[in-house]
Amino acid sequence: MTQLLLFNITNGLIIGAFYVLMALGLSLILNLSNTINFAHGGFLVIGGYIAYAITPYIGFWGALLIAPPLTAIIGLAVERVLIRPLYGRDPLYSLLLTFGLAFIIEDGTRFIFGPQGKPVTIPPFLAQPLSNDFFFITGYRLFMVAVVMIAVALLFVLLRYTRLGIRIRAGTLDLETVAALGINVQMLRSLNFAVGIFLAGLSGVLAAGQLGLEPTMGTGLLMPSFIAIIVGGIGSLPGTMLGGLLIGVASGMTAVFLPAASEAVIYVMMAVVLLIRPRGLLGEEGMMS
Amino acid sequence: MSAEQTRKLIVLAAIWATLVLAPYWMVPLGGYTALATRVLVLGLAAMSVNFLLGFTGVLSFGHAAYFGLGAYGAGLTLKFLAPSTPLALVAGMLLGGVCGAILGTLIVRRRGVYFAMVTIAFGQVFYYIAFQWSSLTGGDDGLRGFSRQPIDFGLFKLDILSDANNFYFFVLFCFALVVAAMGFILRSPFGRTMIAIRENERRSRFLGIPVERHIWIAFTLSCFFMGFAGALYALVNNFADPRGLHYSQSGDFVMMAVMGGMRSFWGPLLGAAVFVVLQDYLSSITVNWMSFVGLLFVLVVLFFPRGLLGFIQRSKA
Repeated sequence: MTQLLLFNITNGLIIGAFYVLMALGLSLILNLSNTINFAHGGFLVIGGYIAYAITPYIGFWGALLIAPPLTAIIGLAVERVLIRPLYGRDPLYSLLLTFGLAFIIEDGTRFIFGPQGKPVTIPPFLAQPLSNDFFFITGYRLFMVAVVMIAVALLFVLLRYTRLGIRIRAGTLDLETVAALGINVQMLRSLNFAVGIFLAGLSGVLAAGQLGLEPTMGTGLLMPSFIAIIVGGIGSLPGTMLGGLLIGVASGMTAVFLPAASEAVIYVMMAVVLLIRPRGLLGEEGMMS
Repeated sequence: MSAEQTRKLIVLAAIWATLVLAPYWMVPLGGYTALATRVLVLGLAAMSVNFLLGFTGVLSFGHAAYFGLGAYGAGLTLKFLAPSTPLALVAGMLLGGVCGAILGTLIVRRRGVYFAMVTIAFGQVFYYIAFQWSSLTGGDDGLRGFSRQPIDFGLFKLDILSDANNFYFFVLFCFALVVAAMGFILRSPFGRTMIAIRENERRSRFLGIPVERHIWIAFTLSCFFMGFAGALYALVNNFADPRGLHYSQSGDFVMMAVMGGMRSFWGPLLGAAVFVVLQDYLSSITVNWMSFVGLLFVLVVLFFPRGLLGFIQRSKA
């Protein structure tokens, strides 16, 4: 029983780490550009399939390094051409556009790579379990968590200590003032979008190694990421992290006792949070309205 | 009677004439009556979404949930309770509306994109319930094993099961009832208040309007309409599908409203007609119809954000 519980908590933490990576990217874009990026799951799929396509030539490590920046460049192009004209309009429009984009990406990957799942080969030493007692902790899972932690740490360094990051945070609070200070807001939004998509691409590569690839995989990860943001508190990146880990562990633990409810429990958590603390766990006053 | 009023009356008469005569002009044009019925039902759903989006100005991206609840409500009633079509419609409407009313209390405190996010997430709850509770709902396969029943008027029975035209007129009658209710509400002082909130929420608040309560009522009403449309949809297909609850269905409804014209009462019906016919046609000629629907979303947002009716009105002005 202890082992089963431990197994599911570990599982939950790992899934939670995924949600964190996805939700941080979504959250960045939502906070600065007031855009719900429905195509975020689509960009995850793009990242995964790029890794799949280039792994035979440059190996897994190469793909891990190259695929996320490539995804970010695609994201940048999409932002320039499609999303930029919509800033300043009702957020409904960017929502609908990215929603349509998600359709196109899903169907496009199915058209190019076929509907069957594709495996991405990971280095053999990562596929080994650590020990017989803890058969469920493979090297790859630990590695995934480590990569997520590094990515999150780098993101926080970026936001805290670099000029770009400080401007992003300032823009989140008051974009007009930032624009009045002579900062190129369009550029800021583009770079911020690219950072968000980079994180989606990275989750795509990591997910590909663990779960294999399917054109529909992004959709399944999108909704928990939304909930991570709402539970953690809109506008707060630490909140988003906390929310992601919490719902991951909660659904992992529910899987032990009531498997059918493991999906539903995260919605219950969201309802409870909205009822008791509408701004989310770490959300700031007024950010939710 | 002013010229403006006369013009409105003529337009209205033209809309209803088109709808009433649909089975007769659609078939020669290469359509089929069941397609017209689907347009009517999905158009009603899009108009219900627009009741909230276009006239109160808040975006719900999870309205498919209440549509699907209506469908399951009607289906389960027919299957387990009683073989009565009117009862099924009422049950579906109540299920969608009551669930909307309860969740609405949690949802209305949010605004803008956050309102949209919370509605999406709550909508998905029902998708998972329908998906997981297979002993009741049939799970992924959907709810089967029921069919719409003849309507008993005492003196005679109206066969709506095998006669496609009869069923179309029955749906049109239901459609007219709900549309009349919507029009009546929008003309009432309450409807005017909704529009005031859409135009300037802060000012409405300063005028002493309880904005939250109004949005909640509008949300709940729209969920009732949605549940009714969903119940009709279950009758159309004799089937209820968990995908009818999914947020991608909500996206389709919002798209219909936007494509037709959010600011006009009849726009969503036009949007639904274009959307349904296009989807029907595309899925018959290509397996990649999803890409084309996605492309449609992108193009409408970039080039026709005011919708077809908005476009026509602007080019006239």
